Parts: sequence; structure tokens; C-alpha cells
Amino acid sequence: MEIYFDHASTTYVDERVKEAMDKYFSDEYGNPGSFNTVGLRAKNAMDESREKISKILNCTPQEVIFTGSGTESINLAIKGFAKANKNKGNHIITQKTEHEAVLETCNYLEKEEGFKVTYLDVDEYGLIIPDELEKAITNETILVSIMYANNEIGTVQNIKEISEICRKHKVKFHTDACQAAGYLDIDVQNLGIDLMSINGSKLYGPKGIGLLYARRGIMLKPIIHGGGQEFGLRSGTENVPYIVGMAKALEIAQREKDAEVTRLTNLRDYLINNIIDNIPKTFLNGHPSNRLPNNVNITFLDVEGEAIMLMMNEYGICASSGSACTSKSLDPSHVILGIGLPYEAAHGSIRFTLGKRTTKEGIDKLLNVLPGIIEYLRQASPVNLSLKDVGK
Amino acid sequence: MNSADVKSYDNTKSWFYTDTVKDHFFNPRNLVKKDDEINVKDYNGVGIVGAAQCGDMMKIWIKVDNNERIKELKWQTFGCASAIASTSMLSVIATENDGMKIEDALKIKPHDIVARLNGLPTRKFHCSVLGDKALRAAINDYFRRTGQNDRIIVEGERIIDKVLKITDKDIEEAVLDGADTFEKVQQRTKIGVQDKTCIPEVEQLIRFYKEKYFG
Repeated sequence: MEIYFDHASTTYVDERVKEAMDKYFSDEYGNPGSFNTVGLRAKNAMDESREKISKILNCTPQEVIFTGSGTESINLAIKGFAKANKNKGNHIITQKTEHEAVLETCNYLEKEEGFKVTYLDVDEYGLIIPDELEKAITNETILVSIMYANNEIGTVQNIKEISEICRKHKVKFHTDACQAAGYLDIDVQNLGIDLMSINGSKLYGPKGIGLLYARRGIMLKPIIHGGGQEFGLRSGTENVPYIVGMAKALEIAQREKDAEVTRLTNLRDYLINNIIDNIPKTFLNGHPSNRLPNNVNITFLDVEGEAIMLMMNEYGICASSGSACTSKSLDPSHVILGIGLPYEAAHGSIRFTLGKRTTKEGIDKLLNVLPGIIEYLRQASPVNLSLKDVGK
Repeated sequence: MNSADVKSYDNTKSWFYTDTVKDHFFNPRNLVKKDDEINVKDYNGVGIVGAAQCGDMMKIWIKVDNNERIKELKWQTFGCASAIASTSMLSVIATENDGMKIEDALKIKPHDIVARLNGLPTRKFHCSVLGDKALRAAINDYFRRTGQNDRIIVEGERIIDKVLKITDKDIEEAVLDGADTFEKVQQRTKIGVQDKTCIPEVEQLIRFYKEKYFG
């Protein structure tokens, strides 16, 4: 059995979530849009789920739109908003270290729809500089999209500060909260958010379900057309079992959040400190404290990330890497480069993301094999950098 | 045959290595460890190619005997699993059967290394290219040390796109990375975006490199 340190990629489905969903495959299989009792029962299940989620988000049920993934939610938020509001302006602001779902959507709007996009730089920890956001806002700016917590380096943005700037300048604010929803505050009133994307597959819920919170009064245009489900914003028969699963997953995550955040933060810091203390020429990427409780991202000098991953895989340890060899381009991760690491250091970055099944024993097993793997690959490498060489 | 799966951050890409690649990655042949004392006097040619910034770097030491056979090839590689495995396989190819004659070693093509590894994913092809380049650099060094300067082979680069200063080497790399049409090479290198006069030559070079490496 592998030891899984890739929870930011996806999570297993919680048994309680699976149980809650089960009934809605073959027993309560109705189409919520059907005018009959079978359909009505499905509609009730869906409405209850929406209601439950709206309470967690502190919004109304009409502000919760179910989609097929986090990526789809982001597409609907950015593309749907841009298209519905282009008479107000053609400028969007985001940051360089966003997930591809945001970057590629913005890229599309630039290329195909005539929008202008500003990609803000981040500091060495991956935080945007609020002054720079404020300076970037023009009369043409309609939307700011800044992620809540980064998927690669775990840095948590100061969402309230960003939303206040947006409010002040009457610009709408979307946040990709896919990595954050399981661990952080997602009260949209408290945070002052207009649009927020969440998905099920990072929350111990099923894959293939996401949601978009869209504040009342926010104009969106659908990107999927058809029968007009989800308030006309996302056509297609509603995925009732997954909607039930999403609601259950979010409910469990928020209910158990405090204890799990404490447990994971302790394990995270134990892992970080042990790696840094026991393996020379390593350092942490991302913010040391404004950080997801489950994210560890480390650069190992003189070695290449994919080689480390393959070696770890041989010991049954699953992680992921920001090296060029694991991306479609020849460049290492845009996030690692975005926080200012030189290329030679960026190739050796590894992400370990913890979760419900992570135990201290599992981390100790990782800590047992990791120094040997790094030493082995360093012995085979002609590169011999120092921390000073890469500005650390 | 195919086993180890390597994943990327976002789970969208994965690829497979052959058992031979894995074997050479986990049990590299002729590797010289950083801590091992290597007596440089025992070797009469050294070659280095690549850079850590690019994600791949190799260093090769060769010992050539009086009959111009490569008796030993030692190496170190910074790079992914296929870069490490392909350098290891190169060291086997160059030294097996009493050692390869230099004139034959100069003819080793990336394709030969990949074939002996039972294949590499197309997008990993560029890793193995470094091995043959490093070996040629080491052989050139041997020529230099033995006063045979006339035999040194200069691998010159030629600028094709005059505006962006993109060379034939850049096109070669792009083709090796799987860019098999002009559009794909352009996407990767931006060649011909401004200097449109070079396009016919670029297309010709793409055909040439495709023929050379992929037959």
C-alpha cells in the first residue's frame, strides 16, 4: 500500500460521503426537472444539499450553482462574468501563480474576446502586493481573480484585504478556493467575496462536481447552453448523487476543520523541520505560516524532481514535482519560478500534501528513505550548488 | 514491460518507462559518485554538456587506448530518470565488446540509445540527445589532449531566424521534443513570427531532423 502525499491532487472519498450518495444512483434516480414524484424526490435532495451548502457559505441557496468541476466553476466565473459585463470594461486582474484553469481562461479572453489581463507578480512567499493590485485597477477593470490558497506552494492570500480593495474600487472579486475549502474560512460575507469556485475532489468528495458561489446581482452568462438548469447558468441534468456528496463532504470538512487543521499543521511542521534539519541544501517554498495546513513544498539542490519522485515511488511514496520533466512545457513550474527561484533550483522542487490518512508513522517512513534518495541522486549529479548560489 | 508511472502536479500528464530504463535508473552502470576519488589522470577525455538551469547536465570521462578503443566511460548526470538511464546505457554501448572504436562512437545517435532502452516517451527524447553530445565533447577533448587538433569536430550553430536569433540547433531540439510540424516548432520557439523569410528553410530543416532521428 502506497503512502499518499498527494492530497492536493485529489483525495479519496470519505466513507460517510459515499454512504450519503449511494441512495441516489439506483433508488432515488430521478431527474430533478421531471414533473413526477420520482423527480420531485430527487429535486428535494438537491434542494436540501444546496440549502446545506448555502448555510456553510453564509449565502442564499440561489447563489450556489453546481458545475462539473472546479475548472468549470472558474470558467463560468471568469468567462461568464467577462462576457456579461464587457459593456462595463475590458480589463481583468489576476496573478502569475494562479492555477492553469484561471490562467488559460484569462489567456482565452485575451486572445479570442479582446480583453486585457494584468498578471500581478507575487513576492518571495507567493503573496500579492496589495498596493500593486490597487495600482493595477483602472476604469476598465471589471474583475479581480486571486486564488485563496495556492495549489503548489500552499500560500494563503489575505483574501479580506483583497476584497476590501476591490469593494473600494467597485470591482468584482472572484477567488479560486479549491485548495482552501477544506481548511479555511469560506464565509463569503465575512470574506467579502463576489464569486468563489470550489470542487468536490479535494474535499474527500467525489470527482466531477464543483460549485460556484455567485453573489446576488452578479451578472453571468452561461458557458453551457441547454435546458436552463441551475438558474439558467449551467444546463444539463443535475448530478444529484454528486451534489448530495458535495454537500456532505463540505459539511464534514467544515465541522471537523478545527481539529484536522491542528493535527495537520503539527504534522506539516514536523515534516518540514525534519527535512530541512536532516538534509543539507534544502529549503521550503511558500509562506512559512500563511500556509495551508497540508502543504509542504521543498527544493532539493543539485537533483531533479522527477528523478526524486521515481525513486520515492519505488519506496511506495507518492508525491508530485514542479520540475520541467513533469510539465508539458520545458519550463519548471510557473509558481516556483513566480516566487523568484532560479531555474536550476526550480527543477528540484517536490510537493508533499497531507490529508486524513496521513499519520506520523507515514511521515517517519518518508523521512527514513528521503535522505538516502537525495544523497544517492546527488552523488550521481555533476551539479554542486550552494544555498547562497540560489539566493537562500 | 511498462510500469512506473510518473505524475505531474495537476494529474493531466503521465508517461511510462520501460523496465530497461528503470533498471538503468536504479542500477546505473559506470557511474562515478561525487565522493569517489576519480583519478583524472586515468582518463584522457572529458566532456560536459547541458546546464542545471535547463534541467539536464552531463559529465563524461573516457579512457581511450592506443587502438582508439573506448575502454572506460564514466559519467555523472543531473536530470530526470530517462536522462540518468540514457547516460548509463550510453556508457554500456561505448564500452561493450572490448570498447567501441572512436570513429564508430562519433556516429552514435540518440536513436541508438533509445532503441537499446526499448524506447522512451517522445517528449523525453531530448534527454538522451545530451548523452551522445557529451560523448562527442569528450572525444574532442581526447583529440585535443593527444594533439590531433585536425580531428576535432566543430558542431557549429547557424542562425536561421535573423530577428529572434533562433538557430538550427533550436529547431533540432524542438523536433526531438516531438514538434513535428512547422506550427508546433513555431509554438515552441517563436521561429518565423517576425522573420518570415526563413520559413521555407525551417520547414526543410524540420523534414531533415525528422528523417535523421525518427526515420
